[in-house]
Amino acid sequence: MNYNILIGGSAGQGVETLSAVFERILKRQGFKIFTIRDYMSRVRGGHNFIQLRFGNENLYSHLDDLDGIIALNNETIEYHVKRLNSGGFIICDQEAGYEDDRILKLHLKLIAKEIGNIKIFGSVALGAAIALLGIKLAGVEKAFNDFFNLETARQNILAVLEGNKLVEPKYDVHAEKEDESILINGNEAVALGALAAGCKFYSAYPMTPSTSIMNYLASKMMDAEIVVEQAEDEIAAINMAIGASYAGARAMTGTSGGGFSLMAEGLGLSGMLEVPVVIAEVQRPGPTTGFPTRTEQSDLKFVISASHGEFPRMVIALRNAEDAFYQTIRAFNLADKYQMPVILLSDQFLADSTVTIKPFDFDNIKNDNFISNYEDIQNKPYKRYEITPTGISPRLIPGKIPGTTVLVDSDEHDEYGHITESASVRDQMVRKRLRKFELLKEEIQEPLFAGEEDCEVLILAWGSAWGPVTEAIGMLNEKHDKKYGALIFGDIWPLPTKLLLEKSKKARKIINVEQNATGQLASLVSETTGIFCNLSVLKFDGRPMSSQYIYTKVRENQ
Amino acid sequence: MCDMEYSISETAWCPGCGNFNIIDALKAALEKLGKKPHEVLVVGGIGQAAKTPQYINTNGFCGLHGRALPPAAAVKIVNSNLTVIVNTGDGDSYGEGGNHFIHNIRRNVDITHFVHNNQIYGLTKGQASPTTDMGHITDVQVAGSINEPLNPVLLAISLGAGFVARAFSGDKEHLTSIMVEAIKYRGYSLVDILQPCVSFNKINTFQWYNKRVYKIDGSYDMTDRLKAMEKAMEWGDRIPIGILYKKEKQTYNDKIKFLNGNQSLIDKETDMKKIRSYIEDFI
Repeated sequence: MNYNILIGGSAGQGVETLSAVFERILKRQGFKIFTIRDYMSRVRGGHNFIQLRFGNENLYSHLDDLDGIIALNNETIEYHVKRLNSGGFIICDQEAGYEDDRILKLHLKLIAKEIGNIKIFGSVALGAAIALLGIKLAGVEKAFNDFFNLETARQNILAVLEGNKLVEPKYDVHAEKEDESILINGNEAVALGALAAGCKFYSAYPMTPSTSIMNYLASKMMDAEIVVEQAEDEIAAINMAIGASYAGARAMTGTSGGGFSLMAEGLGLSGMLEVPVVIAEVQRPGPTTGFPTRTEQSDLKFVISASHGEFPRMVIALRNAEDAFYQTIRAFNLADKYQMPVILLSDQFLADSTVTIKPFDFDNIKNDNFISNYEDIQNKPYKRYEITPTGISPRLIPGKIPGTTVLVDSDEHDEYGHITESASVRDQMVRKRLRKFELLKEEIQEPLFAGEEDCEVLILAWGSAWGPVTEAIGMLNEKHDKKYGALIFGDIWPLPTKLLLEKSKKARKIINVEQNATGQLASLVSETTGIFCNLSVLKFDGRPMSSQYIYTKVRENQ
Repeated sequence: MCDMEYSISETAWCPGCGNFNIIDALKAALEKLGKKPHEVLVVGGIGQAAKTPQYINTNGFCGLHGRALPPAAAVKIVNSNLTVIVNTGDGDSYGEGGNHFIHNIRRNVDITHFVHNNQIYGLTKGQASPTTDMGHITDVQVAGSINEPLNPVLLAISLGAGFVARAFSGDKEHLTSIMVEAIKYRGYSLVDILQPCVSFNKINTFQWYNKRVYKIDGSYDMTDRLKAMEKAMEWGDRIPIGILYKKEKQTYNDKIKFLNGNQSLIDKETDMKKIRSYIEDFI
């Protein structure tokens, strides 16, 4: 059993903090959580909401149906009441101009005013919600103290306690286990992964929904000794990261699709210079400014082909917060090993959704060293772009070896890094660079499989669709009419094909489920393997697909 | 042969190009400063001037058009032991890379920026550059350039650059001495080097510059910013060369505790115990 509560209001009313406090209270009591954040591209006003789903089992996604609404304004009720279950509740202020038999009108503002701060009426509502759900008050104080100064925290705690007296328990919700999780969102997990990978340089230009990666790294800048530089534009951001990496620091940049468009030439620079760089591309709906604060998976075909010319790159689609951490570390290792750009493809849904997961395992993190040393090149003139069977050339750090210099060049170059116009050198260099891509194919990870092993209906999905698709597969298989399975791609370029070929052979129907309008994964799959999907379930309204949505669409099209 | 010499029989530069004197002066300046090739990084963007890293035996980074400054600054931020020099053209520095020019002055990383300013686009065969004088006729500006030329030294001084100089490729000795001072300066230093383009600029020729340039004399107070701006505006019949403005300032690395002094970020190990402790933020 799990509960799905929506907290909504206008920007500036404290929806975000109220939810963050509630999440911490629940998480520390031992509940499992999954939230989505829906906000507008504005500082004040409008309508923002957070859906907080919690329970005792692990949660991978959000749900559309609501068990409760905490409404800080009328609009919240109007917008969402149609999704409220018949037995659900609405908590709002006494003055709210809305009628519904599920509504609990309480003196939220009056109580907040008596406490001395009308702005905290949301905390009174939170207290009431906690009472109604039958949840313990344990951890309320600590949670508020995490976010506020002593006086403001005191007022808010009082508000929760007062609100808690207003209603009688209707539910009896309690955590069955002690808290052993961490509560983290996708962007924070990427940032923590970068730190664990030994990233020393992060340059970026602020762009929603990628900015919180930079925010988290900046909060650790002095302590972890990582340079976080806000560049003048995304072009500078990627060129700085490449410069830092050339000099020997693990370096990264992050942006969304618009900023990545500006980075395209820099991406090619990393490929041509063979200087590693890691790029987090946190997608939002495009083209152009699109939907700045919303979600989409529409940059897949762009990132695998961005920048002119041909060079190896890797694209890893992040499926969840665990992936965000571990795959970021892996991205640094692969970028270093193959001396190429590695793109981490995320999206607003994953970036902003908080989830409870098992704490990260730091014991098995391995940051490999792919830098050559003096012994490797002794007695030979150093060739930065030496032609080798693997295509990988010895990489030195400039300034480290007296008498040896490191020359890199965006022009086509010979083994020493000098400009060339030679047809045969060009031929050799293109082949050398692309050999690395062939080698990379040998170590890419197959997609995750969910569902019945010998499935007749095979769903193909990628990245953050993992959560909703995994839950949808469970729901579909409960019907026992057909066997459903899903492959959810993480490594997506180069595209791993082993499991895909195996599963698609047995499947009678293949359905791609994607958060875009053109079915970009289906297109990539057909182009790579000749396998065509029979049906597409696509969503491109900027709102994340839920498991219920996928379930319904798949059943509808049986 | 000096340490910086890279023996290459042929460069891509035209006979008589100002780049030859500039690279000679650069080698002489590095020799004078006692720099070894591995201690120096020369960065270029794209263009004829930007090929400098190809023809000198130091570490070299030939990047993208207009994007020489961002990687150069980043290298110095993470490894303060390298002497980082940018050699690139007026189109690269002031046109395509104009935004980086502005913001790297603000950033004040300890790098040196030598702009080979020939007031024309050479590699693309003779279009107007940001510093081309008004009225200059080219294949594209067929009725003469109608845009105000950009004054890079005035712009740099106004933005607060701590070392701004102008030099002339025709006076190698003077150029070398300015280069030495610019490299020695701690912080972002700009030297706008006037340079004839023998193939595509038939107006601002060697003779044209030679007739107009004069050396700033010893009585000039290079620490007076307003005077420096006045001096920087001199153009036309008389063009001053020398250090226009100089002021000691805190560098980017000075302002970040873990980068200042002789610390080099690339030599620091990641403290995994510390990183692991950040998990507390999510508990």
